[in-house]
Amino acid sequence: MDEGKALFLQIAEEIESSVLDGSLHEGERAPSTNELASFYRVNPATAGKGINLLVDQGILIKRRGLGMYVAEGARELIQAERRRQFVEGYLAPLISEARALDLSAERVIELIRERAADFSRSS
Amino acid sequence: METAIEVSGVSRHHKSTTALDNVSVRFQRDTIHGLLGRNGAGKTSLMSVMTAHDWPDAGDVRVFGHRPYENEQVLPRICFVREDQKYIDDAKVHHALNAAALAFPRWDQDLAARLCQEFQVPEKTRIKKMSRGQRSAVGVIIGLASRAGVTFFDEPYMGLDAVARQLFYDRLIEDYSEHPRTIVLSSHLIDEIAHLIENVVLLDHGKILLDEPVEDLRDRAVTLVGRADAVEEITRGREILHEELMGRTTRVTVLGALSLSEQRRVQQLDIDVTPVSLQQLIVRLTSRGTPVSTDTEEVAA
Repeated sequence: MDEGKALFLQIAEEIESSVLDGSLHEGERAPSTNELASFYRVNPATAGKGINLLVDQGILIKRRGLGMYVAEGARELIQAERRRQFVEGYLAPLISEARALDLSAERVIELIRERAADFSRSS
Repeated sequence: METAIEVSGVSRHHKSTTALDNVSVRFQRDTIHGLLGRNGAGKTSLMSVMTAHDWPDAGDVRVFGHRPYENEQVLPRICFVREDQKYIDDAKVHHALNAAALAFPRWDQDLAARLCQEFQVPEKTRIKKMSRGQRSAVGVIIGLASRAGVTFFDEPYMGLDAVARQLFYDRLIEDYSEHPRTIVLSSHLIDEIAHLIENVVLLDHGKILLDEPVEDLRDRAVTLVGRADAVEEITRGREILHEELMGRTTRVTVLGALSLSEQRRVQQLDIDVTPVSLQQLIVRLTSRGTPVSTDTEEVAA
């Protein structure tokens, strides 16, 4: 795993990404603490912390005796949060690199449009 | 959380050297602890007094609230796996496993048998004649299958190759998840165990230099890379753990997390900020030339 972020955050993000890309559906059972610990080879306390974070955010819900389940509306919650983070996480570094390369904002937008067009043609 | 092991004011001297210098530390129950430090820092000495393999010259040790020395209530709940483990002369694996089965009430024979297969421990070879890696595997198997309330692994995996070490880490996490217990791992391979341990106890010259959850150590130090003058603006007044200069670019590791305003300033100054891995932090902290006593205060602050 990547050193840059706390492990429990990375584990929480992995689960979120599974919900975003549809490999984990709303209403479905989420991996347990022990499953996550074994899979990512981390201390179960770390995995548990990641799960608790998602419970606090209303993305997972605990069902007594059954385990953790993906909440209804989880996908929308995750999307909203990721959109908020998009500017800091993706745009800020993009702008900083573009500035170092003397690429104007207009040129960058042009490049994004071209690339997006390619992307939608190929998918 | 409950305390599994409590060490209070323990000192241990070997002739003219001080192995442990008034050490007080608690190991929380049902937690995987990393006991780290350089060679000669006192790791094995501390484990030896905690497991009643050695007597402290001063101080007190309690395991599950009892003194462990010759204490039949506590000793069956303690398993100490060490690198230089001695076995009876002609002993083969099954002798060692049978002895362990008698010593540890929670022993799991099925687990031991499965691990013997996975680690490919030869059944018919005498332990004395085994390779270092095979002998290490026997120790690891006993440690895991003992399911002892507190299990100490004193670098027993040193002889294991990368594949066998990964197998050990995997089986440790699996079995610990199913059967939580107190585990103390000492290792030089800090990066390998950083994700497995929940708490770090760092020994240096016989003293505790650090006793903290791994998670909290992430923000303990940062490395900044950028133009020397820009980096200097941020690092001014901070304790520098390490510094390297290449032309006008410098790489500096400092203690302490960056404030929000500093984080913004760092972006403006085009400085790259990277977190410091546990291994790097430990290396930096234990290679400092400054006196240990003042360090401890700064580290704890």
